[in-house]
Amino acid sequence: MSVKLLMGNEAIALGAIKAGVNVVTGYPGTPSTEVLETIARNNPGDIYVEWSVNEKVAMEVAAGAAYTGARSLVTMKQVGLNVASDPLMSLSYIGVKGGMVVLAADDPGPFSSQTEQDTRHFARFSNLPVFDPSSPEEAYDMIQSAFELSEQVGLPVFFRPTTRVCHSCSTLEISVPGERHKAEGFVKDPRWTIFPSLSYRKHVQLEAMQEKLSGIFSGLQYNRVTGSGSRGIAASGIAYSYAREVLSSINSDIKLLKVGTPYPFPKELGTEFIKGLDEVMVLEELDPVIEESLLELAALNGGRPKVLGKKTGHLPLAGEYSYELIKAAIAGFVGIPAGEKSPAVPPELPVRPPVLCAGCPHRASFYAVKTALKKQKAVFTGDIGCYTLGNAKPLEMVDTCLCMGAGITIAQGLQRVEPDVRHIAFIGDSTFFHTGIPGIINAVYNNTDITVIILDNSTTAMTGHQPHPGTGKTMMRSISEKIDIYNLLKACGVKKITRVNPLNQKEAVEAAKEAVVFNGPSAVIFEAPCIALFKPSNIQKINEKCTLCKRCIREIGCPAISINNGKVEIESSLCYGCTLCSQVCPTGAIGGAEG
Amino acid sequence: MKFDILIAGVGGQGTVLASRLLAAAAIKAGYYARTSETIGMAQRGGCVVSHVRIGSEEASPIIPYGTADLLIGFEPSEAARNINRLAPSGRSVVNTRVIKPVTASLDTVTYAIDPINAFIRTNSSETVMLDGYALAEKAGSVKALNVVLLGVAAAAGFLPFDKDDLESIICENVSPRYVELNKKAFNTGLEYKRK
Repeated sequence: MSVKLLMGNEAIALGAIKAGVNVVTGYPGTPSTEVLETIARNNPGDIYVEWSVNEKVAMEVAAGAAYTGARSLVTMKQVGLNVASDPLMSLSYIGVKGGMVVLAADDPGPFSSQTEQDTRHFARFSNLPVFDPSSPEEAYDMIQSAFELSEQVGLPVFFRPTTRVCHSCSTLEISVPGERHKAEGFVKDPRWTIFPSLSYRKHVQLEAMQEKLSGIFSGLQYNRVTGSGSRGIAASGIAYSYAREVLSSINSDIKLLKVGTPYPFPKELGTEFIKGLDEVMVLEELDPVIEESLLELAALNGGRPKVLGKKTGHLPLAGEYSYELIKAAIAGFVGIPAGEKSPAVPPELPVRPPVLCAGCPHRASFYAVKTALKKQKAVFTGDIGCYTLGNAKPLEMVDTCLCMGAGITIAQGLQRVEPDVRHIAFIGDSTFFHTGIPGIINAVYNNTDITVIILDNSTTAMTGHQPHPGTGKTMMRSISEKIDIYNLLKACGVKKITRVNPLNQKEAVEAAKEAVVFNGPSAVIFEAPCIALFKPSNIQKINEKCTLCKRCIREIGCPAISINNGKVEIESSLCYGCTLCSQVCPTGAIGGAEG
Repeated sequence: MKFDILIAGVGGQGTVLASRLLAAAAIKAGYYARTSETIGMAQRGGCVVSHVRIGSEEASPIIPYGTADLLIGFEPSEAARNINRLAPSGRSVVNTRVIKPVTASLDTVTYAIDPINAFIRTNSSETVMLDGYALAEKAGSVKALNVVLLGVAAAAGFLPFDKDDLESIICENVSPRYVELNKKAFNTGLEYKRK
């Protein structure tokens, strides 16, 4: 036993190892990424861990493992679950033999996601149980219970931490890892092949299982009632942590229901909770899932208690909750003044939007394409990754962004309606492997005249530099075949493909120009590593030739360049020596020690 | 004992490591600790806020407004942006070196430092302002800014644990290659405040 500071995702990972997990798959996505990484880092040697090519693939690999009786874990962010929803929906009918946990991390806020979707709806939609931890320490225990429950009921089980649980750290006591779970092996049986007749029978069983699960959950330690009074609060996830802290500071009789498994709702415990209550306030991030369950129980109880929450306008439907928001809601509920003094108003502060790092090769790629398309009517479709930040000033090179892989396909739709406009799709290397390839094949098959720019920085950068099929590195520390993007495009039938280093602007601009005028689908692969993969060198400096034209600042927006005391300066601790500024400078005023 | 520390800075400055080191030192001193980070989409260059909550198991991961005991500001505008979480009795250590966002260089927003510094001083019961980058450079690398600021906070008596404990935690938690650099940076911070 040792006491350590552990991040929620690390606690979940160590809990899974303790539970004897055999196979772990996933696709990187904030805030879920560190779970799989921590398992790989702490692998006792007998756990198979992989970054899969996308979430659908990850879900299926994990399901296959669970068919044998092995314990499997698949990790992703909430939007990844959309990609994996096809296997998920059938898997709830087919079921599993070994415990299988589907970890989908939600991102209230959102901090780094396209949507604020609530995975608990997916649990309800697919009729699968869901665990909703309120802290890293609870998550450590809960993930172990999730594996046990999955095996007990023969169904995959959802695990739904939110950003504040995933990315906060707690003091935890971790015991030695448990034994690996023993898998019986795959046993041939008609139960593994889905057919309409089987689906009907399975659906009947699945619905019956919902009642059983609700009963199991009423007796589980993660759901409990404390306190007494005629007013009640039901809370889950991080909202429960905030509520607990608020309640410790006010003197009021409150009956508190902590919900750790929002679906299927623990009805028996819920019925006991509402007994004698006049009003209940529900505190949960994101959608009113528990609120709806309590409304249902209240309806069966003659309309008592009154349920206050998102549907009554007492709490917001969108955005993340905070201590202050919950304090104000509880204060209003129990009728005490919130007592917040108005905060001091700061002087004007500079906004600091997220930007591409100094030296990021994407800046050079965007700039080259911008130069090549100057004075032409063009639309630039973007995708998910660091390069979405190319939409910011002064580059302004991302006109659309929808979901993983959609840049290539949205461009095709635009092109079909406006054939005289140039349509250029940007996609990163990891996203290309994830869901970019079908879009390429579609463009070739239908001969749609678009240009695809692949920003190959040799890593999955935004989520913290995970390997992918193009890197040839795996999470088992082995080296495998590097999938070559050029040859892949060629095999897909793209007739015009160029690979070029974007840091060489002249060649990069030329390549973009040629690709755009090519009649039919074309591609440019911009190859230059993410700055996190190497040490800075050839640090650039401004010399006496600077005429203060500010072109470097106006055109490329590098965070290392700023004006201080009337002089353009390059912050040497930020510069990576990409030399884009030096190539943009019209007077030769920027150069490096090597140049 | 309850002690809440807020760390505010810019992505890439080493704020997250600073929060982990403080929490590890608190655990070593026998306290319960929690930390939490708010990080945006960018790998570097965006706003980063870390919360370190020491002493209470019941605490949520985020420090409520008006209750923090200490603010360590890695950048003046980021310190000002978050100072509302500081308690009236709260103290601050702030690095004075400005990191101008790209938006400020493009002249779309202004960055006036004097009112920002004045705002920090007005809203903090005791403030130590220093050029942390200069001290970190002196110690060997600007990357050691985080440990320099921890040294300053420790020497000022702003932390609820012993400076020697913090130093040993730093040595245990950084890569062996950087132990000497971090030791030097921590002591540079200590000495700065002692002068």
